[in-house]
Amino acid sequence: MSEPTRVKGARTLSGPGEAPIVPAPSPAPQGLLPDEPLAALADRYGLTPSAARPGPWTYLKQLWQRRHFVLAFATARNIAMYSEARLGQVWQILTPLLNAAVYFLIFGVILDTKRGVPNFIAFLVTGIFIFNFTQRSFIIASRVINDTLQLIRALHFPRACLPLGYIIIELQQMLISMVVLIVIVLATGEPITWYWLLVVPVIALQTLFNVGVGFILARIGAGVEDVSQLIPFIVRTWMYASGVMFFIPALATLYLHKKISYLLQINPAAVYIELVRNSLLTSLRHTVSGYRPYNRQLCGTALHQQAKGVPHPALLDTCHFVVSNSSLWVYGVGWAVLAIVIGYFVFWQAEVTYGRG
Amino acid sequence: MAAAEPLVVVDNLHIVYRVFGSRADRGTAATAFLRMLRRQHRPSVREVHAIRGVSFVANRGDAVGVIGRNGSGKTTLLRAIAGLLPPESGAVYTTGHASLLGVNAALLDDLTGERNVVVCGLAMGMTPREVKERYQSIVDFSGVGDFINLPMNAYSTGMGSRLRFAIASARSHDVLLIDEALVTGDAEFRVKSRQRIEELRAEAGTVFVVAHSMAQIEETCNRVIWLEKGKIVQAGDDVPGIIDAYLAATGGQPLNRAAAKT
Repeated sequence: MSEPTRVKGARTLSGPGEAPIVPAPSPAPQGLLPDEPLAALADRYGLTPSAARPGPWTYLKQLWQRRHFVLAFATARNIAMYSEARLGQVWQILTPLLNAAVYFLIFGVILDTKRGVPNFIAFLVTGIFIFNFTQRSFIIASRVINDTLQLIRALHFPRACLPLGYIIIELQQMLISMVVLIVIVLATGEPITWYWLLVVPVIALQTLFNVGVGFILARIGAGVEDVSQLIPFIVRTWMYASGVMFFIPALATLYLHKKISYLLQINPAAVYIELVRNSLLTSLRHTVSGYRPYNRQLCGTALHQQAKGVPHPALLDTCHFVVSNSSLWVYGVGWAVLAIVIGYFVFWQAEVTYGRG
Repeated sequence: MAAAEPLVVVDNLHIVYRVFGSRADRGTAATAFLRMLRRQHRPSVREVHAIRGVSFVANRGDAVGVIGRNGSGKTTLLRAIAGLLPPESGAVYTTGHASLLGVNAALLDDLTGERNVVVCGLAMGMTPREVKERYQSIVDFSGVGDFINLPMNAYSTGMGSRLRFAIASARSHDVLLIDEALVTGDAEFRVKSRQRIEELRAEAGTVFVVAHSMAQIEETCNRVIWLEKGKIVQAGDDVPGIIDAYLAATGGQPLNRAAAKT
C-alpha cells in the first residue's frame, strides 16, 4: 500500500506498526480516510454494502442454512408458551378441547346449525381445529416482527425465519389438536379408512398457504402496527363465511345464489376444512346433498319449488351446489402455491427494513 | 510495510430513523379520528437525523473505540455497520456480516440461558454440531453457573450481559460490534472479556467498542472515533490524545494513567 498523500485537515489511517500519524492541529471532521474514493476502495477489497438485500435465490439458500435455528426457535417458544401456567403443557390439549366444547354449545345446541350434516360434532370440531390453525398463524404472523425486535436488532439471520418459526409452532399445536380430533371422530362412530391418509397432504398445503399469507401479513404488520389490531376481526368474519359451523351448500339462503355459494366454497379456509372433512368423515362423504349425480331437470324443479317456498331437500340433492372433491384439491394446491410464491417475494423485498427505527 | 486490509468502509453515511409515538400520542381517540379525516400524518412520527456524513476505514486487526456523549450516534453507527439500519444516503461496506452485541439485546428473555445459547448460536449460523461442541465453553466463559437452567429474566444485569458476550464471542466474527456490553461485568469478567477481544482481534477481525469508560477504551482499542451530534469530531490512532481532548471538551476528569498502569 502506498503512503497516502495527506489532505490538509484530514488524517490518514495507518495500519498497526506504521509510523504515527501526523497530529492534526484542529479537530479533523473526516478522520481515518485514505485518498481514494471509498466506494472504489471497498470494491477493491471485495467488501459489500452491509444493508444489502440478497437475491431471492441466495435468500432461499440462507433460509435453508438456518433450518435448525427455525426448528430450535419454534420448539423453545412452544415450551415457553405455557411455562407460566400451572397445568403447563396440558393446555396444549385442553385449549382445543375447550374451544370445541364452546362452539358445540353455541352452534350445535343453542343455534342448531346441524342442517344437512350427519355427524355434526365431528364436522364442527374438524372445522374449528383446521380454521384455528390458519387464524392463529395469521394473527401471530402479523405481530412477529414487533414481537421479536430484540432478536432482530441483535443478530443477523434471514428474517423469514421468524414468521416461519412461529407458524411451525402453530403447526405443532395443530398436530396435537389433530390427535384430539381423531379421538372425537372415532368416538362419534366414524370408521378408519385409507382416506384418512389424505389429511397429511391437506395439512401440508394448508401450512404452505399459512406461511405464504403469513409472510405478507408479517411485512404489513412490521410497517403498520394497526394491522395486527385489525386482523382478529377480519379473521373472525372470514370464519363465519367459511362454513366452520355449518355446511355452506346447505344454507337455505344460498340455494338461489349458486355463485355466492360457489365462491364461499372455494375460499382457501373452506377448501382446506372441507378436504379434511371429506377425508376423515365417511358419513359426510356419502350423504352430503349434491352427492347424487347432477340432474338438470330435477334440479330445476327443486329450485322452482324452493322459490315458491316449498323446499324439497331430496330433489335439491340433484343440484350440484357442492364443489366436487377433485375441484377442491385443485383449489387447495392453487391457493397454497399462489400464497407461498407471492408471500415469499413480498417478504423478501423488504428484508433490510425489518427492525429499523 | 504490511498492507492494511480494510474490513469496514463507511462512506459519507447518513442515517435517518423514524420514531413513533414520541409525544403526540397523548391525544384522545377523537383527535386521532379528526386527523384521519383531515388526512394529516401522525404528528407523533418524528425523523431523527442521527448520523450526518460519517466516513472512515477500519482495518483487519483493529479495535476501534467509539466515544461521545449520550445521543451522539454511537449506537446508531454500530447498528448501521451491522446492517440493521439501512442508510439514508452513503454506504457501509463490510465483509459478510457484522455481529452487534448490545447490552440491551435481551435475546429471548423468557427462555432459559441454555436455550438462548442454542437458539442464538444457530441464529448466528452455527451448525447444531458446532453449538454442541462449544456449548460448555460458552457456559464456562459466561460464569453464570447453575443459572444457565433458569429463564434469562431471572438473571442480574451483569449475568445477562456476560452470557450475551459469551454467546456472541463464541464464534469468530469478521466484525464484532460491542455496545457497552461489558459495563456491567465485574472486575474478573472485564479481564476475561478483554482477553477475548484481544483474541478476536488476533483472529484477524475488527472489533468496535462503544463505552463510556475511557480507561476501558484506552486499554482495549488502538484507534478511536469521537462522535458529536452524528459527526466525527476527531478520529485516529492517537488514542490517549483524543481521549484527553474529549475529556477536556466534556469537562470530565483527565485519566490518571500512572495509576492505571500499576
